[in-house]
Amino acid sequence: MNHRYQALDNRPLFTPFFLLMLAIAAIGAVFLVIRFVTGIGTVANLSGGYPWGIWVVYDIVVGTALACGGYALAVTVYLFNKGKYHPLIRPALATSLLGYGFAALGAFVDMGRYWNAYNMFLPWQMNTHSVMLEVGLCVATYVLVLAIEFSPTVLEWLRRQTGWQMKADAWRGRLDKMLFFFIALGILLPTMHQSSLGSFLIAMGYKVHPLWQTLHIQPLLAVLSAFTMGFAIVIFEGSLLTTGFKRHPETHLFSGLGRIIMGLISAFLVIRFAYLAIAGKLGAMFALDLGSLMFWIETALFAYPLAVLASPVKRENGRHLLFAAVSMLLAGSLYRFDAFLITYNPGPGYSYFPALPELIMTVATIATEIALYLFIIKKFPVLPREEHAAA
Amino acid sequence: MTRKPDVAIDDPTDFSAVERRLGVSRRTFLKFCTGIAASFGLGTQAAMAMAKAIASPMRPPVIWLHGQECTGPTESLLRSEQPSFEHLILDLISLDYHQTLDAGAGHRVEEIKREAMKKHHGKYLLVIEGAIPTAQNGIFCKIGGQTMMDATREAAEGAAAIVAFGSCASWGGVQSASPNPTGATGAPQFLQGKTVVTIPGCPPNPANFLGTVLYFVTYGKLPPIDDKGRPKWAYGRLIHENCYRRPHFDAGRFATQFGDEGHRQGWCLYKLGCKGPETYNNCPSLEYNNIGGNVWPIGVGHPCFGCSEQGTGFNKPMFSLAEVKTHTPPNAFPNIADRQEPASSTVAAAAAVAGAVVGVLLGATAATGKKLDGKQETSQSGDKGA
Amino acid sequence: MDRRNFFKASLGATVASAAAVASTGARARPNLDPAPEAVGMLFDATLCVGCKACVTKCKEVNGMPPVPMGGDVHADFALDLSAQTLNVIKIHTEGKGAVKDALADGFAFEKRSCMHCVDPGCVSVCPVKALIRHPRTGIVGYDADVCIGCRTCMTGCPYNVPQYDYNDAFGKIHKCQMCNQKGVERIDKGMMTGCAEACPTGATLFGTRTALLEEAKRRMALKPGEVYNYPRGDIRKPDSFHEKAAPEYQRTVWGEKEAGGTNVMHLSSIPYDKLGMPPLPERSYASISEGVQSTLYSYLALPAIALGGFTWLVKRNTESDRKGGQE
Repeated sequence: MNHRYQALDNRPLFTPFFLLMLAIAAIGAVFLVIRFVTGIGTVANLSGGYPWGIWVVYDIVVGTALACGGYALAVTVYLFNKGKYHPLIRPALATSLLGYGFAALGAFVDMGRYWNAYNMFLPWQMNTHSVMLEVGLCVATYVLVLAIEFSPTVLEWLRRQTGWQMKADAWRGRLDKMLFFFIALGILLPTMHQSSLGSFLIAMGYKVHPLWQTLHIQPLLAVLSAFTMGFAIVIFEGSLLTTGFKRHPETHLFSGLGRIIMGLISAFLVIRFAYLAIAGKLGAMFALDLGSLMFWIETALFAYPLAVLASPVKRENGRHLLFAAVSMLLAGSLYRFDAFLITYNPGPGYSYFPALPELIMTVATIATEIALYLFIIKKFPVLPREEHAAA
Repeated sequence: MTRKPDVAIDDPTDFSAVERRLGVSRRTFLKFCTGIAASFGLGTQAAMAMAKAIASPMRPPVIWLHGQECTGPTESLLRSEQPSFEHLILDLISLDYHQTLDAGAGHRVEEIKREAMKKHHGKYLLVIEGAIPTAQNGIFCKIGGQTMMDATREAAEGAAAIVAFGSCASWGGVQSASPNPTGATGAPQFLQGKTVVTIPGCPPNPANFLGTVLYFVTYGKLPPIDDKGRPKWAYGRLIHENCYRRPHFDAGRFATQFGDEGHRQGWCLYKLGCKGPETYNNCPSLEYNNIGGNVWPIGVGHPCFGCSEQGTGFNKPMFSLAEVKTHTPPNAFPNIADRQEPASSTVAAAAAVAGAVVGVLLGATAATGKKLDGKQETSQSGDKGA
Repeated sequence: MDRRNFFKASLGATVASAAAVASTGARARPNLDPAPEAVGMLFDATLCVGCKACVTKCKEVNGMPPVPMGGDVHADFALDLSAQTLNVIKIHTEGKGAVKDALADGFAFEKRSCMHCVDPGCVSVCPVKALIRHPRTGIVGYDADVCIGCRTCMTGCPYNVPQYDYNDAFGKIHKCQMCNQKGVERIDKGMMTGCAEACPTGATLFGTRTALLEEAKRRMALKPGEVYNYPRGDIRKPDSFHEKAAPEYQRTVWGEKEAGGTNVMHLSSIPYDKLGMPPLPERSYASISEGVQSTLYSYLALPAIALGGFTWLVKRNTESDRKGGQE
C-alpha cells in the first residue's frame, strides 16, 4: 500500500475560483450548442483564406504542446533514468490527459463533418501521405495511452472504495507488468504527432511567413519546442500548486528541469537561426514589418530563460524559475500562433481575428480543464504526500 | 456665332400662324417641341425657345450637297411623320438647293445654287449627304460636270455651319469599305480645319438631324459635339448602354442561331455579332419610323452592324464578335482581392477578452513569483528512487 | 548541466538533426506527372469580355443559388469563390482602368475556379481521401460522404479554392469539379464544361491539357496585332471561330509548371501576380510534405525501431519497480 501520494481531500472543492471556472465553462457550453445547431459560421470568424482559427491553433496545436509535461518527464525519468523527478509525474500526467483529451474534443468541435470522423480509422479510407491523418490517429491513441498511464492513480483511489480493494489490486498487478510498454508508447507517440503538428506548415507553402517556413525541419523545430514546453509547464503548474495550496516548494527539482530547458532552447535557437541563415532569410528578420516584429518578440521570449537561468543563484530561485518557465511557454505558444495565424498570409484581402463566441469557447475549454484538474487533485492521489506544512 | 431673330413676335405664346402652317393643334406642336428638347436633356424653357424659333419667320438658307450616296438620309427624313415632318423642316429652313427635292433640274439649278451661295455668303447652312471620292482627282462623282470635291470645297467657303448627314458624309460609309477604290472620304476628313457636325447612321435617325438643326435655329450655335463631330446628346452613349436586351447580356443569355430558342425569347444578340457594344448611337431610345413597338434592328431580332461607327460599319464582318468598349452599371465586377466573408463585428470584444486572459496569466505569474520568493526550500518533496 | 548530460543532449540533437536532414533527400518525391488523358481548360484573359455567362452557366449546371448584392435578390454579385459560387469573374484595374489588357491605366478580367492541379495540394493533405485526383482525367473530385470537414484542404490549396460552408450545420466543401461530379457527369458523357460551352468569345476553352498547352504556346508565338482565328468551345472540335488581333501575351502560360502545373491554365497580357496568382516555385509543396512524411513514417519503420528502443530502455529502468511492488 503506497502512501507516497495523497488526494487533497481536506480542501473544499467548490471554492469561489472553482465556481468561476464552472461559470465560464457554462457560457462556453451555450455557444457549443449554438455551434452544433446553426453551424460554425454563427460563432466563428473563419473564412476561405483562414479555415483554421484559434480552435485549431490554440486548442489543438498550442494546447497539446502545453500538455507535454507527461511526455517530457517520461523521457527524463524512464529513458534517462532520472528517478528524482518521479514525484512530478502524476500531476503532469493529469495535465496531459486533460490537455490532450480536450484537444481531441476541440478537434471534434472544429470538424465540419464530425459524424464522418470514423473514416480516419478505416484502413481503406486512410491517405497515408496526410499529416492530418497522422495527427488524428496518433493523438487519439495517445489519449488512450495517457489514460492507461494515469490508471495507477485511479486504481489507488479505487482500492480505497468499499469492496473494491481486491479487484483494484488485481488489476494493478496486471497493469504493472505491462506499464513499461505504454510508457514507451507515451514517449513515441508525442514525438510523432508533435512533429507532425509542425509538418502541417509544409503544405501551406508560401502562406507561412518565410521566417517560420522551415519546410524540411518543421517537424524537428516543432517537437523540440513542444518537448521544452513540457518541462516548462511542469515548473509553471508546480509553482502554482506550491503557492495555491501552500505546499513545499520543489525548487531543487525545478532547477534541474531548468538546466534541461536551457539546453533545449539553445539547440532550438541554434537550429532555427542556422536554417534561416542557410536559406538566405536573415534579411527578413530586419524587414521592419509584422513578421520581423513578432520574430524578435518570440526570440526574446525564448532567450529570456537562457539569460535568467545562466546564473546558478537564479537557477535555485523559485521566482526566477517560474518566470523563465512562463517565458518559455509564451515563446512556444507564440511560435505556433505566429506560424499558423499572426504572420500567416493566404493572399490579399483575407483577414482573421476570432469572434467573441469563438474566443469564449476556447477560454471555456481552459476553464473546464482547470476545474477538472482541481477536481482530480482533490479527489485522486495525484500530488506527493507532505507530512509537514510549509513555513 | 450667335444670331437673334430679325423679326420679333408680338405675342410670344400665339402659335396660331404655326398651327395653320403645319396643320397641327397647338397642343401637338408644343408636345413635339417638348419632346425634342427632352432628347437634348433640356427642359420646358428650351422647349418654349424652340417653339418660338419655329414660329419665327426667320428661315436660314440651306445648301444641300449630295455625293456618293443612296439618298437614304433624305429619304429617312421624309419618312418622318409627327407632325408633317417634311413640312416642318421645309418651313424651318429655306432649302435653296437640294438635288432630290428641287422641282427644277439641269444647269439652271446649279446656277441658282451659286447665286444663293453668293447672296447668303457666310450665313447659309451647308448640309452634305454622301461621301466625297478623292481618287484620281475626284472623277468618280460629278454633278453638272463639277467634281464633288470641288463642289464641297466651294460650298464650304461661305457656310456658317456644316453638317455631314449620314455615315457616308460623316466618314465615308459603304463606299469607303476596303479596298476603297474611289478614295471615298467623309466631309470632316476632306474639309480639314473646318468644324463639321456629323450625324452618322445608315440611314441616320432623322430626329438626330432635326434636333441639331432646331438647336442651331433656336440658339444660333451648334450643340456640344465630340471629337468626331457627333452631337453628344445623340451619340454620347454606346447602343450597349441603353439596349433593352442588356439584362440578357449581363446574365449570359445569348441567341446563338437565328430562329433558335434564345432568339425567339429575345435574348442578347452578342454572339450573333451584334456591334452594339462598340457603336455610339441612340437607336435604342429613339427607334425608327416613329411607330414605336421596338422597331429598330435589334428590336426586330437582327444584330446591329455598327452602321454609324467608323471602323465597325462596312469594315468588321457582320457576324464577328464586337469589342465591348465599356462596362457601365449594373455590370460591376469584384476586384481581385475582394473576398466573400466580412469579419464579425464582435472582434473588438474578442480582442478585449484575449487581452484580459493574457493579463490574468501574467498577473497570476507575478503573484505566484512573489509568493515563491517568500518560501523556504525544504527537502520534503523527495526523491523516491526508480 | 554536467558533461554527461551535455553529451546525451548533444547526441539526441544530432540524431534528430540527421533525421531531419535525411528527410530532405531520402524518399523525396518529385512532382506528379499529368494524368494520361488529362482534360482541362485554357482561360485567355485577353479574350474575356466580362459577360459572366460562365458564372451563370456554372450556377445552373451545379444547382447553386445567386449571391445577391444587398437586398436585390435578382442580381448575382459574387465577390469571390464561396459555398455558393464555384466560378467567378474578377477585375483588375490600374490607374484609370480605361484600356483593356493594358498595363498602364488598364483593366483585365480574371476567371477564378478550381485549377485542377497536376500535383494537387488538397488531395495530398486530405486524411480520408475525400479529395482525389481522377487517375485518367486528372480531374480533382470531392466526396462529401467521407469528408470529415477538417479543412486541411483549404490550407493546402495555393489558390484558396475549396470553400467550406460555415453557415450550414452540416456543411460541405464546395469547389468546381469540372462539371463531372456525380449527378452531372458532363465530361463522362462526352460534353464539355458548362463555362466553356457558354463562353461567347472562347476565353474559356475546353480540351485535353496537351492540346490546350499547344494552343497556348501557339498564341504566345503570335506577333501582337497578328490576326488569329480563335476557337470557341472544345478545342478538339470547336463549334465556331472568331477572328481577332492577337495581343501581347505574357511570356508564360500559367499552369504549365507552377507547383507542378495545373489542368486549368491561364493566358494573359497582364503579369499573373496582378491577377491574383500566388508566388509558386516549380516544386509543389505537396511533394515536399509527402517527402518528409514518408521519410519519417514509411511502413512505420522508424517508429517501430524507436518504439523497440524505448521499450527496452523503459523496461530496463523500471525493472526494480516491478520486482519491488507498486511504484
